[in-house]
Amino acid sequence: MSVNSAHKSGFGATLWDWLTTVDHKKIGILYLAAGAFFFLLGGLEALIIRIQLISPQNDFISAGLYNEMITMHGTTMIFFAATPLLFGLMNYIMPLQIGARDVAFPFLNSLGFWLFFFGGIMLNLSWFTGAPDAGWTNYAPLSLQSPGHGVDFYVMGLQLSGAGTLMSGINFIVTIVLMRAPGMTYMRMPLFTWTTFVTSILVLFAFPALTVGLFLMMFDRMFGTAFFDVALGGNSIIWQHLFWIFGHPEVYILILPAFGVFSEILPTFSKKRLFGYTAMVFATFLIAFLGFMVWAHHMFTVGLGPVANSIFAVATMAIAVPTGIKIFNWLFTLWGGSITINSAMLWTLAFIPSFTIGGMTGVMLASSVADYQYHDSYFVVGHFHYVIVGGVVFALLAAMHYWWPKMFGRYLHEGMGKLAFWTFFIGFHLTFFIQHFLGLMGMPRRYWVFLEDQGLDAGNLISTIGAFFMTFGVLVFVINIFYTWKKGEKAPGDAWGTGRTLEWATASPPIHFNFKQMPLVRGLDPLWIEKMEGNNKMTPAEPMDEIHMPNGSILPLIMTIGFFIASYGFIYQVDHKAWLIAVYVGMAIGMGCMLIRSLRDDHGYHISKEEVEREGD
Amino acid sequence: MKGWMGKSKVFFLISAMALLMAGCGRENLTALDPKGYGADRAMDLILLTTFIMIGVFIIVMAIYVITLVRFRKKKGQEDYIPEQVEGNHKLEVIWTVIPIILVLVIAVPTVLGTFDLADDSNADEHVNIEVTGNQYWWHFNYAGEEVVTSQDLYIPTGERVYLNMLSSDVTHSFWIPSISGKMDVNPENVNTMYIEAHEEGVYWGKCAELCGPSHSLMDFKVIAVSPEEYEQWVADMQSVDPEEVPEDSVAQEGQELFEANNCMNCHAIGSSPAAIGPNLTNFGDRSTIAGILEPTKEHLVEWLTDPESVKPGNKMTDQYPALSEDEAESIAEYLLQLQPSEITPESAGN
Repeated sequence: MSVNSAHKSGFGATLWDWLTTVDHKKIGILYLAAGAFFFLLGGLEALIIRIQLISPQNDFISAGLYNEMITMHGTTMIFFAATPLLFGLMNYIMPLQIGARDVAFPFLNSLGFWLFFFGGIMLNLSWFTGAPDAGWTNYAPLSLQSPGHGVDFYVMGLQLSGAGTLMSGINFIVTIVLMRAPGMTYMRMPLFTWTTFVTSILVLFAFPALTVGLFLMMFDRMFGTAFFDVALGGNSIIWQHLFWIFGHPEVYILILPAFGVFSEILPTFSKKRLFGYTAMVFATFLIAFLGFMVWAHHMFTVGLGPVANSIFAVATMAIAVPTGIKIFNWLFTLWGGSITINSAMLWTLAFIPSFTIGGMTGVMLASSVADYQYHDSYFVVGHFHYVIVGGVVFALLAAMHYWWPKMFGRYLHEGMGKLAFWTFFIGFHLTFFIQHFLGLMGMPRRYWVFLEDQGLDAGNLISTIGAFFMTFGVLVFVINIFYTWKKGEKAPGDAWGTGRTLEWATASPPIHFNFKQMPLVRGLDPLWIEKMEGNNKMTPAEPMDEIHMPNGSILPLIMTIGFFIASYGFIYQVDHKAWLIAVYVGMAIGMGCMLIRSLRDDHGYHISKEEVEREGD
Repeated sequence: MKGWMGKSKVFFLISAMALLMAGCGRENLTALDPKGYGADRAMDLILLTTFIMIGVFIIVMAIYVITLVRFRKKKGQEDYIPEQVEGNHKLEVIWTVIPIILVLVIAVPTVLGTFDLADDSNADEHVNIEVTGNQYWWHFNYAGEEVVTSQDLYIPTGERVYLNMLSSDVTHSFWIPSISGKMDVNPENVNTMYIEAHEEGVYWGKCAELCGPSHSLMDFKVIAVSPEEYEQWVADMQSVDPEEVPEDSVAQEGQELFEANNCMNCHAIGSSPAAIGPNLTNFGDRSTIAGILEPTKEHLVEWLTDPESVKPGNKMTDQYPALSEDEAESIAEYLLQLQPSEITPESAGN
């Protein structure tokens, strides 16, 4: 797919290339592929849930299996689909947008990917021995009491992938701070880069809370401590706090990059610069900051008392203000523009009303008095799917259509794109709008069955029909990918002709060192500035010279496999102490790789000036 | 443009919404038709926020539709470059200040309501009930009354009833949508809430926090009766003699089997507050069996012979020797004649 693999050939060599790659673009594609795989798994789980709820007292699946389905659906979608898909985009696009040759720590980038991937594999292997069943929030004491090893897989799988996410976040922060092209000041960074930056800061602060929670849970379940065990003096509410101190910012870890995507697409297809750029950046920070301050709104009914509930209610409502600023700025980016509507733009335009509804129900939920009715009901399910699907999934699909030609050099098929959009869009609203009413009509979330004669039949049936529409839309999109792979129309560097940011200034797909010469950035939307002045390409900021690149490495993969083996050991040593061998062997492999990495000097390699000149762009 | 978002359409939209919200769901389950104090307070805010939100949504959609119609690229405009507008300070201030005002309009009643619903300063003057959440049933102990029951909660209408709630195992959440919002029932601390039903009725309650396989089957009923009927019910419950031998011979046999199979290890009849399983004092008056089944003898036999098929993961399964059909029928006969009071769900209009 990229140019540098061309000099190798054969399946083995290609596979080795992908397993050892430290190229941010290939790692981005790996994230996207793995995320898509988990997305399909999570989608299948969702469909099974909706089939179970198609009619009252249905017995399609058992109560125990149903709880495993809801747990795995939520966990998979948040940790192994939405987050990695966004990380894939950030990995691929952000370095291009700031004119960098790679991320700051390419080795760490690869390690982050493999940790996430094996975490996801670990979680899903639990299907063979009994999956976690305490909900994706894994509340104690239910999670402590859960029999079998399901919850242990949850704990270890998330711990592995969480470590990967954390190191990727740190990597992005350092990359953006240190590796911007000459002239790219902070206030000239594209919004997607800005949101990647702010998201990474959120990751840096939020994931340690999850790590702590998971460690305590791990010790409670595997080593006999009692942090959450009330009978032994623990407190189960602490889990809820730790989980939501991570879990609420996680929502913004997902939605801020989505905002970034839309802030790129809208200017490109309305031929206008982003309206209120400064306000958009400021709003992003404000949302991130407030996002950290409001976790207890998930706990209004826990019994924290009226003072805490009031403070968290008002703080939560405040988030509506910067979010509103964003919505209006997007609308006024369109205003007065010359709007092209294609598949990428359809997802973007559909986002505005869908997310507005999701945001507004968020304000409704923030009113704690009313939340006593909404909480843990289908109203909440409706709300967060409007935010996560109407925001994040729409953004991912928009981004796929927008950046696909950049990443793979071919346009996705427009007709199939539109068919997928309309079926998914209609299905989405059918599925989730009615759920707000189901909740208020007395249907709590995570219900395996609803009883007859409770007035909930019609709503659930409509919701399930919608889920089938969404499934159809996703399948069309998958077919589109295969069609495009074989027969898609080829794309030039500036694939849409109205590209404004630096990623459009290089080839499609980009050469493996991204830019022959570092571009000189002379303002916001640097490529647009050059085009308006009649230049076809960026002004270089440096003379043509040899380029220093990092070597690939198999160590991240082996290191991850080591920790993966150790995790299995931790889980099963509860049954038999012989499993401690796996802990020691796995840890030895992991630590050994670290040692090799530390002791061996790897200076990378240089691409000669002649070769740089030969590469087309 | 006018035709699409004209006045009549907006009016229609709002009235359709109101209609939908007023008439939605089963009347003794839905939160949209409030019949109690907490549900009223919640409904006030649901309506206030809904109307504000619909207003905001209409404004957003108006700008959105106008923009998309007016500024779509037209034929022959391929080379047209629109003016590159940086932003507009005045507009930014407007769409910052207006949302702040709207948020304040919602925030003030929210804070007032939050404190109002948490106020337990007058608890001593009212009925106090200890509620215990269990997988997957509810235990009710009327403080100072020596009345214990489960699954069916009797309360007087027009009066605040304070609930002091604790869980015996995992976190549950106590929710009667048409009377009041929910409150979590935690294993570590007693949470207090009050409920008040305006009119007589049998209101359906749910567990709202995932608590295991039968989470969705952890239903209960709140039976609101007039204060006089409530007093009568309490007196009837207090006068129950747990040792009383039933008149019917099949029921007598059932009583013996009930004792022989150690059912009393978990269940109590009378006001004994401690129990692993539901208190059965007024079992024959219950509106349901196991919280979800119609109260018929067939259902009770089904439940007694194989509880697992009715409520997966319940703690009664395998706790007693297998019962023959006849044995189960005798026990059912015994349990269904436990009818200490004339005040039943029917009195509340079920």
